Amino acid sequence: MKVKVIVTPKNGVLDPQGKAIQQTLNGMGFSSVNEVRQGKYFDIEINEKDEAKAKARVEDMCKKLLANLIIEDYQII
Amino acid sequence: MKSSVIIFPGSNCDRDMDVALKKFGFKNQMVWHNDPNLPKSDLIILPGGFSYGDYLRCGSIAAKSKIIKSVVEFANSGGLVVGVCNGFQILIETGLLPGALLRNKYLEFICKNVFVKINNSENKYFKNIKKNILKLHIAHNEGNYFCSSDELKFIEDNNQIAVNYCNKNGDISEENNPNGSINNIAGILNKSKNILGMMPHPERMIDSYLSGEDGSIFFENLIGNLK
Repeated sequence: MKVKVIVTPKNGVLDPQGKAIQQTLNGMGFSSVNEVRQGKYFDIEINEKDEAKAKARVEDMCKKLLANLIIEDYQII
Repeated sequence: MKSSVIIFPGSNCDRDMDVALKKFGFKNQMVWHNDPNLPKSDLIILPGGFSYGDYLRCGSIAAKSKIIKSVVEFANSGGLVVGVCNGFQILIETGLLPGALLRNKYLEFICKNVFVKINNSENKYFKNIKKNILKLHIAHNEGNYFCSSDELKFIEDNNQIAVNYCNKNGDISEENNPNGSINNIAGILNKSKNILGMMPHPERMIDSYLSGEDGSIFFENLIGNLK
């Protein structure tokens, strides 16, 4: 089955890329954009039929590799 | 004194480090990341570069390589381990050093000479060093040192800050902070002070004809402290 993961910078952690994107959008006329946070998205194909088990495995992967928990949060969807 | 420089795919300061270590008297050997065992060494160096193309997060893939298990064991038993630039990022990702290295505050790849002030000289790396402000070179995109306020207090209380960015007079202020690092942190030590991670490259400052010689001071002092 496929498991999707989104990793984003934690609140309070500086995200200069997100900031640059926000300023560019504002400059392009999208003046209502107040903030952009840039993250990462992972599509993981895992050889596991049980959804709960698959998600538990992916959670372990998030903690050990996919996210740096000092600066990032992850969300399994 | 025996040293080992670990090479990862994408390391590019490994040979400069090899030249520097040999120039100051180390018997250096190069070790491929896929080797399961570390040769007997007094010092392990993780060099600069772009290991694994900086994929995922800088240093994160190298931190899971085969040789790293031996490096962690060596470090945890008190062995001296230095990570420079990408090597610092790898040490952070292994968890041997606290905190994280974020993208530079102003989104620039920074390649220039800077001054750093030695904050803690009670360790093998900086003890007896003859200058406490060194002119060294930095070249990085992700050198913006970050940690939580609790962690910062912890590393300050344990005197783990090794070097701070400053000007030539040793003034540590925001205008002398090239990349946005908390408190101008350019390098840190672990609690036991046997592991050093820093963004500046001492190996690029070992020849007055090419660059400068403050890197020489670092290496001469280090081998002197190990003898």
